[in-house]
Amino acid sequence: MSATSVIELDGVLLVTIQGELTDHDAIALQQDLTTQVAERGARGVLINISALEIVDSFLARTLHEIAGVTSLLAAETVVVGMRPEVAITLVELGLTLNGLRTALSVSDGLSMFGGASIARRAEGA
Amino acid sequence: MTTVPTVREVPIRAEIGIVQVRQAVREVAVSVGFSLVDQTKLVTAASELARNTLKHGGGGVAEIELEQRVGSTALRLRFHDKGPGIGDVELALRDGYSSAGGLGLGLSGARRLADEFDLETARGEGTTVTVTFVAAGPAAR
Ligand SMILES: Nc1ncnc2c1ncn2[C@@H]1O[C@H](COP(=O)(O)OP(=O)(O)OP(=O)(O)O)[C@@H](O)[C@H]1O
Ligand SMILES: [Mg+2]
Repeated sequence: MSATSVIELDGVLLVTIQGELTDHDAIALQQDLTTQVAERGARGVLINISALEIVDSFLARTLHEIAGVTSLLAAETVVVGMRPEVAITLVELGLTLNGLRTALSVSDGLSMFGGASIARRAEGA
Repeated sequence: MTTVPTVREVPIRAEIGIVQVRQAVREVAVSVGFSLVDQTKLVTAASELARNTLKHGGGGVAEIELEQRVGSTALRLRFHDKGPGIGDVELALRDGYSSAGGLGLGLSGARRLADEFDLETARGEGTTVTVTFVAAGPAAR
């Protein structure tokens, strides 16, 4: 039911979550990303959550687990685009997401993986 | 103080029910003029409690109520199930306690997010969790 797109750019998987996720969708995403990282030998995963109106404890934990699993596969996960009201709510909920790397925008996130060139290409993409 | 009867009732029988609760709560919160931050807190608390109703309570129902107060509107969410109940409420409300391998932040976090919190439970009979959020100013409409 949810639209999540994954494209690859220079060994980085760009994941965009576009709609409401059920718990099942979140687990499926985790499994799908793990498989794709392994199969493609990706060095990074960038998850764009700017479309998400809320992140609850289940989804937060899933994002954290994705980061943990991909790091075992030598790929780093960066979560980008969290809305300010989501960040405020997560802190009050008690979730600090320690150890999860974040960036404000997709291009900021991409520059973590290899400088400006990849970020410029993503903007054109 | 006039309590408007239940505005919406959403069954929680499967995971999709959690999504439907979130959507219904968002709609009602927007309609009475909650700020974006407050809407986000409301919907997040609703998502946590709806998941508890499903996972720990074996399913149930969410009721959304509005109450017109002097100079403000209160939105009340009531999650009701006929599940096993909570044996030790104090423990269940502790940050990080989970009987199910979760983060244990759903119940305690929802209490922090809400302006008012109430929990009624009886072993073998079920659980009702009520959270209330107050919007500053009269209802927009
Ligand atoms: N409706 C309910 N019926 C029975 N037990 C419940 C109910 N809601 C909560 N509990 C109990 O309270 C505990 C704490 O709930 P809480 O939501 O904080 O954590 P959790 O659901 O286990 O994990 P998560 O962080 O993923 O929400 C649960 O593990 C469960 O034992
Ligand atoms: Mg919970």
